[in-house]
Amino acid sequence: MGDDVALLWVYLAERPLTWLTVTVAAYALADRIAIAARRHPLLNPVVGAAIIVIAILTVTGTPFPTYFEGAQFVHFLLGPATVALAVPFVENFQKVRAAALPIVTALVVGSVTATVSALLIGWAFGLPREVLMSLAPKSVTTAIAMGISSALGGIPALTAVLVIATGVIGAIVVTPLMNALRIRDMAARGFAAGVVAHGIGTARAFQVDPLAGAFAGIGMALNGALTALIAPLLLLFF
Amino acid sequence: MINALVVLLGFQLGGEVVVRFLGLPVPGPVLGAGALALALLWRGRVDTVLSGTAHGILRNLSLLFVPAAVGVIEHRDVFVRYGLPLIVTLIVSAILALTAAALVFRAVGRR
Repeated sequence: MGDDVALLWVYLAERPLTWLTVTVAAYALADRIAIAARRHPLLNPVVGAAIIVIAILTVTGTPFPTYFEGAQFVHFLLGPATVALAVPFVENFQKVRAAALPIVTALVVGSVTATVSALLIGWAFGLPREVLMSLAPKSVTTAIAMGISSALGGIPALTAVLVIATGVIGAIVVTPLMNALRIRDMAARGFAAGVVAHGIGTARAFQVDPLAGAFAGIGMALNGALTALIAPLLLLFF
Repeated sequence: MINALVVLLGFQLGGEVVVRFLGLPVPGPVLGAGALALALLWRGRVDTVLSGTAHGILRNLSLLFVPAAVGVIEHRDVFVRYGLPLIVTLIVSAILALTAAALVFRAVGRR
């Protein structure tokens, strides 16, 4: 009986279906907990689901590449989801056009603040140059950030971790921070989340309010482009 | 639903093809999103099925980041080496940038 269970597990552990199911089920559980807590920012479903999955991988001794064979089907959907951002953009086009000036100014200020503050604080901590360069593009989506990091002489693998951490931190702090600042405009709140915390901030924005989500998507896309353009200038200063 | 998926995948594929063909520095799906936005603005409306499918995906956008977040365990040693200073840097930088972006957005929007 025990042997049968062990053999069944050996079979299941190698199936992509197992890890796909674990990923979706972990998210469903984490999301249910978040909803029960009325979307309290600390109970971010990305963090909750990742903790559950990491615990299962650790207990079962499953290597990440085996896990990713199943999880890649979920990961792949980031592509169509990015295309889908065009829909809320068009649906809110009048509001977006009316906010063109706030969008452009908040983009430049938010983008520069995100990059320069990280470099200055990291430099004050005495972090080595390659770590600083890995930090510089932390607010943009992973694919773009890793490219910028390697062009600057950073460590792309470290940047990938810093990007995820930034997204999670931004998604957690944005709601209490905006409440403290008394900013109630969902366009301003969402846009800031997208510029600073890319897709994970945008995901949080969509869970709070559809208009916040639409503006977060715009902020994320524009900051990806802007950071790729201005990051090479950093080499002049650091 | 199927038609909406064809639209989303089709624009992603188109974006990937153009990026590869012209050697552009943007990810294919981003170009696909821009092209779809232009197409929908040109048509002047978003049909309800496409809208429903897009919002259904975006409401669960968090799910799609779970594999990447789990992937952090692959690189934990680089993170652990500089641990605390890095986390403090990320938190302070995120608070400063969120504050700056939102305050500027509101200040400029009121004028």
